[in-house]
Amino acid sequence: MAETAQRASAEDARPLLTVERLRKHFPAGKTRFRRHTPLVHAVDDVSFTLARGESLGLVGESGCGKTTTGKMLVRLIEPTAGRVVFDDGAGQPTDIATLRGKHLKEFRRHAQIIFQDPYESMNPRRTIFDTIAEPLQVQKIGALPERLDRVTEMLALVGLTPPRTFLFRYPHELSGGQRQRVAIARALIVEPAFVVADEPTSMLDVSVRTGIMRLMSDLAAGLGISYLYITHDLAVARYMCDRIAVMYLGKIVEIGATEEILRSPQHPYTQALLSAVPVPDPTVERPPVTIKGGVARQVDPPARCRFFDRCPLADDSCETNDHPPLEHKGQEQLVACYKA
Amino acid sequence: MAVETAPPPAAPAPTAASLRKVRFALMLRSLRENWGLFVSTRVGMIGLVIILFYLVLALMHPILMNTVWDERIYDPVVGYAFDETRQPAPPSRSHLLGTDPLGRDILSQLMYSARSEFLLGLLAAVVTVTIGTTVGAIAAYYGGVMDTILMRFADIMVMLPGISVLIVLSALIGVEHFELALIIGILSGFGGTAILLKSQALSVVVKPYIEAARAAGGGPVHIIFIHIVPNLLPLSFLFMMFTVTGAIFSEAILSFLGLLDVRMSWGLMIHTTEAAGYLLQVGAYWWLIFPASLSITLLCSSFYLVGRAMDEVINPRLRRL
Repeated sequence: MAETAQRASAEDARPLLTVERLRKHFPAGKTRFRRHTPLVHAVDDVSFTLARGESLGLVGESGCGKTTTGKMLVRLIEPTAGRVVFDDGAGQPTDIATLRGKHLKEFRRHAQIIFQDPYESMNPRRTIFDTIAEPLQVQKIGALPERLDRVTEMLALVGLTPPRTFLFRYPHELSGGQRQRVAIARALIVEPAFVVADEPTSMLDVSVRTGIMRLMSDLAAGLGISYLYITHDLAVARYMCDRIAVMYLGKIVEIGATEEILRSPQHPYTQALLSAVPVPDPTVERPPVTIKGGVARQVDPPARCRFFDRCPLADDSCETNDHPPLEHKGQEQLVACYKA
Repeated sequence: MAVETAPPPAAPAPTAASLRKVRFALMLRSLRENWGLFVSTRVGMIGLVIILFYLVLALMHPILMNTVWDERIYDPVVGYAFDETRQPAPPSRSHLLGTDPLGRDILSQLMYSARSEFLLGLLAAVVTVTIGTTVGAIAAYYGGVMDTILMRFADIMVMLPGISVLIVLSALIGVEHFELALIIGILSGFGGTAILLKSQALSVVVKPYIEAARAAGGGPVHIIFIHIVPNLLPLSFLFMMFTVTGAIFSEAILSFLGLLDVRMSWGLMIHTTEAAGYLLQVGAYWWLIFPASLSITLLCSSFYLVGRAMDEVINPRLRRL
């Protein structure tokens, strides 16, 4: 683990992950006996980079493709097109979208995922030890006594103390917060370079959320882990992330440093998201942003700005042109909007 | 990585050996909990008592044959009750359940058959559940073509009229208890049991812990046998019980029809009665019919009752609060 930290601290200019035009289309409905298969464009030409030790927040409403993107990065979902180049500085940069068999298994040591639901993400018939040691077991790392030591250490590290009293409990004997700590321990036991955290706190009580978030950022700092932090909560993203990417209908509409985006959101959708965050100060005045309607169709979307139907700024040129490309609008801020 | 807390001196450091001990203790604990639930169902206890009764009968037979019973008189197949003047003889002190039309002791036949009924039922059940669980888990995990092939095959198995197939098979090849158990096991394992367990497995494969196992690098074998199958096992055990019932019942039918190549069985006892023309005189010759038919009924229903009780144990919705 110290090794990983050193690698992370040895400032490397190359990003850990480079995502290029990543795309996932799901067939919608029956596909047989049809010339044209309607496709749900869950993720459409998403590109971003993730630096070593950085945490990037992926923000957006339900169904915008956040989770699909996250799962593609750890190859739980096969991308339709695009590249995900993983470069941990140790080996050759590899496109993980093409990994097979042994290489894919090897890659899984470097990329892990923490799921949203702490109640369903653990096999109810396996003890906490079995659950946390599973990655070691399938990767054939260490003998049994060694695994026991590492699991015990990991339990202490995620704050489940004394660790020995937790080793042989079953998930149903633990609270939601404790389970999420176990899920974190399972993800980190193989000392991964990056972790996809899929709304890890959204199903927890508000009272334990901050504890989990603090644990995750402490561990990230200590172990040099990069996060892709998926959330719909801008406050959480602000707490956890160095940069934020806002997604709408499978597209990244705005990406940039967290503070910059929160201070001056450029895209109308980001502005709308921000205006929906409650401010605990009655004197604060924010310009109201009105967006219309609900989420638009994701099945075979027309070639125009994805946000067109709901956008308060949209005009004819937005309709006739394709979805706008991401362009520099600030220091590090990229926005996909013709009007911003 | 630094360990923050010093281990408490009371808890010894876990080692591989103690790990096994802990697992064993955990298993015992869950067994004890489930046993408590099982006892509280009462129907399960009734079933278990009947099963134990027949188990004792089956185990007693070889002991009796070697001690008190004279082989020439009490052998279930070739014995002859020289001490009786008329066959079939009604129950007496030397023959508690009388003798059959061929002069053989009914109690001895009953006890001798009990053992093969148990072996038949359990073997059929184990074969069924092993095949059914594996096929169900594989079909649910892979889906697609694999699922289609296995499930259409299961449909064919379900479609086959079981008893008729067994009749044809026993006419073609001599079928004994062992073959019968295998045939029943395969028919139901690839058939109904596979379909039912697959539908249960479908609710397991979508759980996030399956994805977590994939993210950990677990291959299909790991996921199927470490994650899916253990979650199917309670249901599998339930079907095991029902398969025992089915197997014993099929055996009774086949040997009553005289289609099984077995030395002695409960069905065969009724067959002997029927062949000698006593089947319709139940009032006068009750001991020829009742012991065997009652045994079939009781043992079949006892496994069914145990199955029902297990259903209550594993299915929280059926549990009495």
